[in-house]
Amino acid sequence: MNYYQPEMECASQETLRGLQSKRLVKTVKRVYENVGYYRKLMDEKGVEPGDIKSLDDLPKLPFLTKDNLKDAYPYGLLAVPLADTVRIQSTSGTTGKRVVAFYTQDDIDIWDECCARAIVAAGGGKDDVVHVSYGYGLFTGGPGLNGGSHKVGSLTLPMSSGNTDRQIQFMCDLGSTILCCTPSYAAFLAETIIEQGLKGKLKLKAGIFGAEAWSEEMRRDIEERMGIKAYDIYGLTEITGPGVSFECDEQTGMHINEDHFLAEIIDPSTGEVLPEGSKGELVFTCITKEAFPLVRYRTRDICVLSRNRCSCGRTLVKMSRLMGRTDDMLIIRGVNVFPSQIETVLMNCGMTPNYQIIVDRVHHADTFEVRVEMTPEMFSDTVRDVSAREAELVSSMRAMLGISPKVTLVAPRTIARSEGKAVRVIDKRKI
Amino acid sequence: MTVDQISVFVENKPGRLAEIVAILGDAGVDMRAMSIADTSDFGILRLIVDDPKRAQDLLRTSGCVVSVTQVLAVAIADKPGSLSAVLGVLADADISVEYAYAFITRKKDDAYVIFRVEDNERSFEVLKKHGVKTAGAKELYDL
Repeated sequence: MNYYQPEMECASQETLRGLQSKRLVKTVKRVYENVGYYRKLMDEKGVEPGDIKSLDDLPKLPFLTKDNLKDAYPYGLLAVPLADTVRIQSTSGTTGKRVVAFYTQDDIDIWDECCARAIVAAGGGKDDVVHVSYGYGLFTGGPGLNGGSHKVGSLTLPMSSGNTDRQIQFMCDLGSTILCCTPSYAAFLAETIIEQGLKGKLKLKAGIFGAEAWSEEMRRDIEERMGIKAYDIYGLTEITGPGVSFECDEQTGMHINEDHFLAEIIDPSTGEVLPEGSKGELVFTCITKEAFPLVRYRTRDICVLSRNRCSCGRTLVKMSRLMGRTDDMLIIRGVNVFPSQIETVLMNCGMTPNYQIIVDRVHHADTFEVRVEMTPEMFSDTVRDVSAREAELVSSMRAMLGISPKVTLVAPRTIARSEGKAVRVIDKRKI
Repeated sequence: MTVDQISVFVENKPGRLAEIVAILGDAGVDMRAMSIADTSDFGILRLIVDDPKRAQDLLRTSGCVVSVTQVLAVAIADKPGSLSAVLGVLADADISVEYAYAFITRKKDDAYVIFRVEDNERSFEVLKKHGVKTAGAKELYDL
């Protein structure tokens, strides 16, 4: 078993908790003293740095939401003098709330180390050729894995996203062994590689895929089609970028780098901290970051935390695959629907995970349509067979969601394949 | 004994059928017969062509979902009552017909009926026993 920083990745609970408490106390004191915005939030809640003596006091602190980040944009949460900062990264701002995160050189070193842990956990080492097809620039994906790969000492291919033919050519010519990109782009690459008959020319052994939600079925599909082992990776710009957590060989969740980022699960409606094993909203507190140390930041990602012993030997807490987001959850006819549930049904029924959910409101009632691309496996010369398979999809979706969509079969490759994050939902409702 | 029928998934969208048919037309593939089964949101185009292998390749390359089915082609006299007689033979043998479509040609006096049945072999034997002529692939493709 390989680790990048075994002393931390496999630390005893006692050592880890001691370190976390010490770092938390220091962080809270620092943000209270250096950041007016935090001081105001803490004062409003009646909490002083002195009240935070250990990890157990974490729930006393106020939450921070994306709205707070918008309020404090751009410099309001910066915790060091500008002179100490060396870089920013930013989110795409697709929801209209752009986040700008700041880094000192130490912050970047720690971020790179977190990504290095992920690469080593995926079997990466000095002899590997790490092919980074995440976007570079403001997006954290490219810079994060790039930095991690440098730390490991692998040969790094800073491909960035797009230009699929060039990606595949470099992969073949330079013998890329580890691919880093979004899962939807990995699926697109796999499809293109197979179409071009180039699978035999690949040296890929692993993939590190993140930045969007994907299902276990999609993982198996990519693994089989590319002949690799696919590892999930998680992160968010607000906290640092990719590498907040990463998967090991066991593939049963992602180890959170909790020597740097404390994780809690809360009830999204009450804010109450839930016991281990409960499904709820993930909340992070940065305890080593200098420039942009968010405290109790609500990610809006839904998952479960587990401290069950992991066969890889790491003791870091594991978070499950994301089960949705508090904000991309659709409420259709009063029922909570996560796009990932549709994907699971499709994969279970042997379909490709290419779908589009279209929600509209006609005569005050929600319409719910799922467009699915026809596949050779699903097709038959008789209407009876095709209709039966279509009905099976509808009933599987009803079983999963509790409501029935209208399933529309569309021609292959007519649902737009994105090279970045896939758009799965078109909500036309005007309420 | 049987003939290759090509079935193509047709999305329910204006112009889609025209696009699919043009793929074959542009490549000079000649159609012998066609039929369309439709539901409220999709259709299945079924074709008998002079070069099924090439038609499949062309359609698949263009991104169509295609399947190939073995169907029976029966030659009947182009006059009232002949189809009824053939259907009677099948019914008496308890053979159900999934779907059927017919066409006539300029070159022969016979009409042809394409039958999709569960068991081609048994149906073939039953028809043969009752003196019904089935057309082979070559006969149909060469029409």
